[in-house]
Amino acid sequence: MNVVIVGCGRVGGFLAGLLDAEGHHVSVVDIASTSPARAERAWFQHLPSTFKGETILGDGTDLEILRQAGVEKADALLALTEGDNRNLMAAQIAQKIFGVRRVIAKVNDPVRAQIYRRQGIDTFSRTTILGTLLFAMLMEDREVGEVLIKKSLEHEKDLAHEPAPAG
Amino acid sequence: MYFIVAGAGEVGFHLAQALLEAGHEVTVIEADRRRASFVQEKLGSIVLNEAADEGRAQMEAGCSRADALVAVTGDDAKNLVICQLAKYHCHTPRVIARVNNPKNEIVFKTLGIDETISSTRVLMSVIEQELPTGGFLPLMPLTGSQLELIEAEIAPGTPPAGRTVGSLKLPSGAVVGGVVRRGKVVHPHDETKLEVGDRVIVFAPTATEGEVRKALFG
Repeated sequence: MNVVIVGCGRVGGFLAGLLDAEGHHVSVVDIASTSPARAERAWFQHLPSTFKGETILGDGTDLEILRQAGVEKADALLALTEGDNRNLMAAQIAQKIFGVRRVIAKVNDPVRAQIYRRQGIDTFSRTTILGTLLFAMLMEDREVGEVLIKKSLEHEKDLAHEPAPAG
Repeated sequence: MYFIVAGAGEVGFHLAQALLEAGHEVTVIEADRRRASFVQEKLGSIVLNEAADEGRAQMEAGCSRADALVAVTGDDAKNLVICQLAKYHCHTPRVIARVNNPKNEIVFKTLGIDETISSTRVLMSVIEQELPTGGFLPLMPLTGSQLELIEAEIAPGTPPAGRTVGSLKLPSGAVVGGVVRRGKVVHPHDETKLEVGDRVIVFAPTATEGEVRKALFG
């Protein structure tokens, strides 16, 4: 699969690493932030050192940047920045302007997530997913929690084997 | 009429003030507490101190009975979502978005927001109208389509001067809708010969603006 990921925070970087390791072609877009706190750090610090895909520095709601990231031949786009609105805009551009088949937006506000899902934009809310999972763990509801937790613990083990990035 | 103004920066504040002065009912939604109390001090109790991109705040502002909602924050993605939420969630009959990056006008239209205002584009139009030779003026986007209306004055030494309308190398989808010659409208045919000083009105897909400019100015 050709996958474009907009937003390379912890989740974006983690997912890009998983897909890349499975042999998919991944392009990651992250905004050139002007905040000094951010500028001191590496842009794509959350990507694993083994990452073989593309990194594009720019605004993921800009058509030209998305084209550079290969959105025109992408099978999927995931919008995972910290901004719900930016994610919704990037996802809609991918779906309605570039015709990307599979589009998913991270929308932390559950109300907004639901409204856009009804409009045909696949959304997920960290708030409800994490909250539901924590609830299931507390209640020892194995059906809901177990598979997901087992899977993520496996991924964590893989990450821990990674050599620490230089510097 | 009842209007909701989302965002109380300079644009939102003065817009709300003007609407009130024109006798309309207005609610301003502003997330910043200090800015919200400033507006409240100046304009009265018409301010809702909430984030306008939250469905709950829009409901509280009464967006389902509003005649129109205008999103004028400085963040394009936020303005898009504010307008879409009002449209999808509250069924507000009319939504208008301020677009800071003029390139986003076409994006907003494609995503269902027909009415957009770009101050950059308005300023560019004014500036370009003032320039002596660059008489190329994108007049307005056409509601409900990805087309726009362009006016261009035929300048000496440009490709169309003295040539026919049919010989213009306009991009596909662009047509000459009229020619204004010495203050009168001429109905254009392919054989209509263009003269220096003619003002040509072109309907064109917004994305092809650059090609239209090239066809008319070389």
